[in-house]
Amino acid sequence: MSGAPLADFLEASVRSATPLLLAALGETVVERSGIINVGLEGSIIVGCLAGLTAATTLGPEAGLVVAGIGGLAIATIFAAVAIGLAADQIIAGTAITMLGLGLTSTLYRVIYGDAGAALSAPTLDAVGIPILEQIPFLGAALFHQPLPTYVAMLLVPTVWWWLYRTQSGLSLRASGENPAAALASGVAPRRVQTLAVLFGGLCGGLAGGTIVLAQVGTFAEGMSAGRGFVAIAIVALGRWHPVGAMLAALLFGMASALQFLFQALDLDVPYQIFLALPYLLTLLALALTRGRYSAPAALGVRLRSVD
Amino acid sequence: MVLPPGTNRAVTSVAPRMALDSITRHYGTVMALDGASFSVSPGEVHALLGENGAGKSTLMKVAFGLEQPDAGVIRFDGERTTLRSPRDAMHLGIGMVQQHFALVEAMTVAENVALGGDGRLDLSQVAEQVRRISGAAGLPIDANAFVRDLPVGAQQRVEIIKALARDTRTLILDEPTAVLAPQEATELLAWIRRFADGGGTVVLIAHKLHEVLSVADRVTVLRRGHTVLTARASEVSEQVLAEAMLGTASPISADASAGEITAHHRARAIDSGAVVTLTNVSACDEYGAERLRSASLVVHPGEIVGIAAIEGAGQYELLRIIAGRMAPSSGVVAVPEVVGFVPEDRHRDAVVLSATLTENIALRGAGTRRGLMPWNTIRRETEALLSLRDVRASSAEVPMRTLSGGNQQKLVIARELASSPTALVVENPTRGLDIRATTEVHTALRAAREAGTAVIVYSSDLDEVLSLADRIVVVTGGCVREVRGSRDVIGRAMLTVES
Amino acid sequence: MTTRVLRWIAEPILAGLLSLAMLALLLAVSGYPVADSLGALWGGAFGSWSVLASGTLVRATPLLFAGLAVALAFRAGILNIGAEGQLMMGATAATAMAMALPATSGLAGVALALTAGVVAGGLWAAIAGFLKQRFGVLEVISTIMLNVVAVNVTGLLVRGPLQEPTHIFPQSEMLDVALRLPKLVPGTRLHAGVALAVICALALAWFLRATAAGFRLRMTGANARAASSAGGIDVARVSLLAFIASGALAGLGGAVEVTGVTYALYENLSPGYGFTAIAVALLARLNPVSAIGSALVFGALEAGASAMQRDAQVPAGMVEVVEACVILVLVASEWLGGRGGRARSFFWGGPPNTASAESSESLNRTRPTEPTSTYTNRSIITRDDTRSSRRVSS
Repeated sequence: MSGAPLADFLEASVRSATPLLLAALGETVVERSGIINVGLEGSIIVGCLAGLTAATTLGPEAGLVVAGIGGLAIATIFAAVAIGLAADQIIAGTAITMLGLGLTSTLYRVIYGDAGAALSAPTLDAVGIPILEQIPFLGAALFHQPLPTYVAMLLVPTVWWWLYRTQSGLSLRASGENPAAALASGVAPRRVQTLAVLFGGLCGGLAGGTIVLAQVGTFAEGMSAGRGFVAIAIVALGRWHPVGAMLAALLFGMASALQFLFQALDLDVPYQIFLALPYLLTLLALALTRGRYSAPAALGVRLRSVD
Repeated sequence: MVLPPGTNRAVTSVAPRMALDSITRHYGTVMALDGASFSVSPGEVHALLGENGAGKSTLMKVAFGLEQPDAGVIRFDGERTTLRSPRDAMHLGIGMVQQHFALVEAMTVAENVALGGDGRLDLSQVAEQVRRISGAAGLPIDANAFVRDLPVGAQQRVEIIKALARDTRTLILDEPTAVLAPQEATELLAWIRRFADGGGTVVLIAHKLHEVLSVADRVTVLRRGHTVLTARASEVSEQVLAEAMLGTASPISADASAGEITAHHRARAIDSGAVVTLTNVSACDEYGAERLRSASLVVHPGEIVGIAAIEGAGQYELLRIIAGRMAPSSGVVAVPEVVGFVPEDRHRDAVVLSATLTENIALRGAGTRRGLMPWNTIRRETEALLSLRDVRASSAEVPMRTLSGGNQQKLVIARELASSPTALVVENPTRGLDIRATTEVHTALRAAREAGTAVIVYSSDLDEVLSLADRIVVVTGGCVREVRGSRDVIGRAMLTVES
Repeated sequence: MTTRVLRWIAEPILAGLLSLAMLALLLAVSGYPVADSLGALWGGAFGSWSVLASGTLVRATPLLFAGLAVALAFRAGILNIGAEGQLMMGATAATAMAMALPATSGLAGVALALTAGVVAGGLWAAIAGFLKQRFGVLEVISTIMLNVVAVNVTGLLVRGPLQEPTHIFPQSEMLDVALRLPKLVPGTRLHAGVALAVICALALAWFLRATAAGFRLRMTGANARAASSAGGIDVARVSLLAFIASGALAGLGGAVEVTGVTYALYENLSPGYGFTAIAVALLARLNPVSAIGSALVFGALEAGASAMQRDAQVPAGMVEVVEACVILVLVASEWLGGRGGRARSFFWGGPPNTASAESSESLNRTRPTEPTSTYTNRSIITRDDTRSSRRVSS
């Protein structure tokens, strides 16, 4: 790495922000459909282990894909309970998080034994984009990153386009605002929500894969470290909008990268302040912004078919 | 047969656009539709009339795929069809403007119009389509406005444009003029006529008879889930329709004797002064629309005052102001501190289904109770109430939800009367109850009157109001006035809107 | 009365059997020797007086406090998933208080430290309650954020004002022996906090059952509209007080953990007690007395898990899977119970009403169903006997 602390800081910010952004984009879609999936953490940790396991035999790129499928698989259970059975979303989500954490730590020991801690997976190297990566300060941060960062960057406009420029995006947003109106307009809200939850699980799994395959290179129990909850905060701070999620994820990424900057500059500043700050900001944003940029009106509401 | 000009299409010679035959639909033990039939042909405005709860909205929800019938046949252009969801209905060119609009308030007009389609979403194109339809149909609207910022009349235009944008040729409108100012209503009715004259098919659910007769080609009246009348609008009078809607007096009705009882009780009532006095009271709903206009009302001890009104006339607010559950926007309210209240939505507003009967009785006054709950006393009180009011329950400690609707309602009335309030407000007290439970509820209300309680009863069933009340107060368009006279006179007063 | 006592005894046993059955199934599916593994688990949880006292009971204590916090909130219709953060704030405040007190204050000092924990937990939850009532912020989202903030506040303090004197480890100094909770059984880790937790459970059960305030809380949670309309209950006030009481219980749990078990404050003090607490509360069907049993079940599972890993090489994480499956089975059976028309919710006091608009209502557009709690009878209505009238406005 270059000796410029600021450039390193920006690079670290984007790196930390990548899994957060992936998970938050998925959760943005989920919440816009009217579902709150607290089980996102479960998808991330399953993505971590699935990514590691697949990468050791199939390579890191395939690992990333399998990570996404793993996240999707556990989200299917959430969808079945929270949408299929119309159970309480928060309780179901909490259970899915516990399930993911317990299942991965169990399977990790079953597959790799107690000595597995030293296991390392092939990782995705940073790929530079010619010319652009030479831009001072921002070049390395934005254009010299591993594959998942570019995936996340492309996903932002894609999700935006989906939500605001396609009919299915409109149906999804309507399901989250007023499911009865959506139903009367020929939309099937619960089907839309199920698909959204599966997409959210896929994104959560990709986020987990990113942590293992682009950052840490190995698995540890509970290594998702609350990123699912961070992503839920990001969704709220980003005002349930993909571009907002990107900015909020960057903010959270910067907050966690600050500790590296302080270490590099040999500053003795308590970084916990900066780790907590984005959350306080999110609470403030939730309290003070109303109307157009507030949560989907039907968020968390349980729907049962009319029968 | 002489048809008036403009209605001389041969509506009977072609297959009807939509025909509903012997439709049955029940909710639990309540029969919402009991073999109702209805048909409408292209180019026709067919009005569907009936009292609240007669089944009009349910029948049209069946026609739009929002409700599935238990039995009966739906035919479209002569072919038998099944409508599993609104999407199926839309494919047949059926559109519906529901009484409570199905609009996403946080979205723009264009987004709402586009909702339900497939593929890409080009909002500027949708906006252009909205402008085109709005121009052609004479329904002005700003395509880029947020629905929540629009007044009710404009939201209704959005609903209609939304239907038209899907090439709707059969339009169902559920009480479209109920939310409109008179001028807007006139414009809407004129538009409906033009739409039908252009070959469209319209089903118009309505309350106001003069409106119906001014626009409809045919009229069908539903009563208690049955079709009781279908006729050409030109061949029926308001009086015939009112009689069909309200039916002949039922056996339990005290129609004839109401006058005599009134005289007796009024004399006694005036002697003992007023319990409830409202003077020039106005009230708004949560959307800020004025629902009650300068209403005045006096209720005396030992009388039952019946409120007769069609839905949305302002009786909802009137009852809650008397019961102390709502604040008026202006006027003077003098009511007892404690007023018994039996609201119409029992499960939502009156009982806790998961709690025991004892706990439900304890609910009364729970807001101000201090210290410990005297459960033994309350349980004994509950047991006493159960036997006094003949509520059939295995014990006072079973959950409320194990009781039948009738027994739940009797317990609610028992609770509200337990502290011997000087006034009792009752709203649709027998909705969904069987005949026996209905009779028992009526007996309980009459007993309360004999005990000196001032009872205010509203029911959407005019016969019930007539059978219970010593005198009748009619609420129309937010105005409150006492009406004396026959059932017919009262019925017509309910349906007339004073300007 | 007898049926109720029977139920208190029977429910935790059934819950324990359910969990064991699920664990046995998981073990069998993953190819572990079921009997040996369960034997190791049993030995680690109940094998001797010492493992029972030092392991299971000590582990069950914070679970019971946090479980009571969750149960109380759910009974009031509040989805408090912030017990974790409230517990951390309680632990932090208790530590700060203990550090500020002289060792000579003894038991009075311990009491003050616990009180500080109660106050801090209550205030932490009050933030979420305030945000919900004043600004309509969903408590689910706000309590998640407050959980993270709480951990960071603790992290900050154990690297700053509360750090041990050598300034090497991110943790507080060990509490003075005089400022620790007394041991119930000498020679074990069993501390007086266990008894305190059981007392809290019994007190909460009594409060909910016997007092007018507890009755208001249950009715608000079961049907806020009816509570407001038929009972004249100020549901907003009841809800805010329930937030505070719930946080206070969790905060007490954190304070007890510091003064009774860890004796020092550090960031990872709680291995997710606040989340397991949701399983504890649900398994107890939100009944405080049954929560004693379900906390014991989970305490035993977690204490036994490490023995199972050590002696039978079964990963300890399997216990977490069991906890998750128990929750999923319970929420699913709530649905099954309601759907089958047997007319009984799995929750005693009815399901939390905040996020559970029921079936047809939620698909039929209804008017907003917020109770009109800002308005009380007395504000416009005058007594009948005085016959005086008050003009509201003109």
